[in-house]
Amino acid sequence: MELILYGSALVLLLISYSKDKEKTKKALSKAWKSFENIMPQFLGIIFIIGLTLAILKPEVISSIIGESSGIFGVLFASVVGAITMMPTFVAFPTADMLLKSGAGYPQVAALVSTLTLVGVVTFALEAKYIGKKAAFYRNFVAFLFSFIAAVIIGNVLGGGR
Amino acid sequence: MKRILRRYTFALCAFLITTSVILFNREIGVRSFVIAGGAFKQMLGVLPPIMLLLGLMDEWIPRKTMMKYMGNDSGLMGIVFAILIGSLAAGPMYAAFPFTLVLLRKGVKFSNIVIFMNAWCVTKIPTLVFELTALGYAFTVTRLLINLPGIILMGYLVEWLLSKDEIDKIYLDAEKMEQRA
Repeated sequence: MELILYGSALVLLLISYSKDKEKTKKALSKAWKSFENIMPQFLGIIFIIGLTLAILKPEVISSIIGESSGIFGVLFASVVGAITMMPTFVAFPTADMLLKSGAGYPQVAALVSTLTLVGVVTFALEAKYIGKKAAFYRNFVAFLFSFIAAVIIGNVLGGGR
Repeated sequence: MKRILRRYTFALCAFLITTSVILFNREIGVRSFVIAGGAFKQMLGVLPPIMLLLGLMDEWIPRKTMMKYMGNDSGLMGIVFAILIGSLAAGPMYAAFPFTLVLLRKGVKFSNIVIFMNAWCVTKIPTLVFELTALGYAFTVTRLLINLPGIILMGYLVEWLLSKDEIDKIYLDAEKMEQRA
């Protein structure tokens, strides 16, 4: 996947350069500025991610969101997912591990949904770009949605278990 | 120098807190650093090409074109484009924020911007591939079928929750931010 990303960026850059050197220079400086802009917050965020994940080990989570944990389990999973941020390549194997170690489908679905959609840690950064209120609504609506989606997924998949 | 120090205060604090955790609980502290390092490496892997594409898009796609395809009167086409751009992306959610800035400046409808952000989070192709391999296709497909209408609905809901003045202000602030950058 990264290869495709780098490949397409490079090809487009070369096309851009052959068509208009000035524009390409500007594009490069804009790219650098957006990169530099996000760096300070990003560096802080990864340490917070590291801390929360180090404290909330999968074993700890799965003991709370077991199959019989019901609606409270879903709620707890949603909150954990909203607070924590995981890179996708960690999030899904973790979800799989949780399922195998006894967590229920709706609970894991809620966790995955809020993990990807809701970011408490990144809220300040998001607010910088779209404003506090809009960022709050986006996260809040996504949180509620994750909850509903979890219940539906639980009903659809739960029967086969 | 002072400006740099001030901008990085948050990062520095987070670093110091994590370091001090090592003193109290070696295991958790070290684990934190290992996980943070992994996240850092993943981010550095995808950020440069994303930012490059962002810069190129900003330079080459005129505001008029963007408004036509994703602006206030873009209707269904705007939604499709928002989901498409979001899905083709890679990288964590926070990599999407600089993109939203460019979309705001190009006059993209606000609901489409929210749809784009949420699509970046859930229907992103690399995410789907990971999900498929880890959780199987029943889980992934069910989630996708709920998420697709969900992210569209959420886009309109968030736009509806904000007043016109508030939305106008977001666009104005985006303009200012670009000038400062």
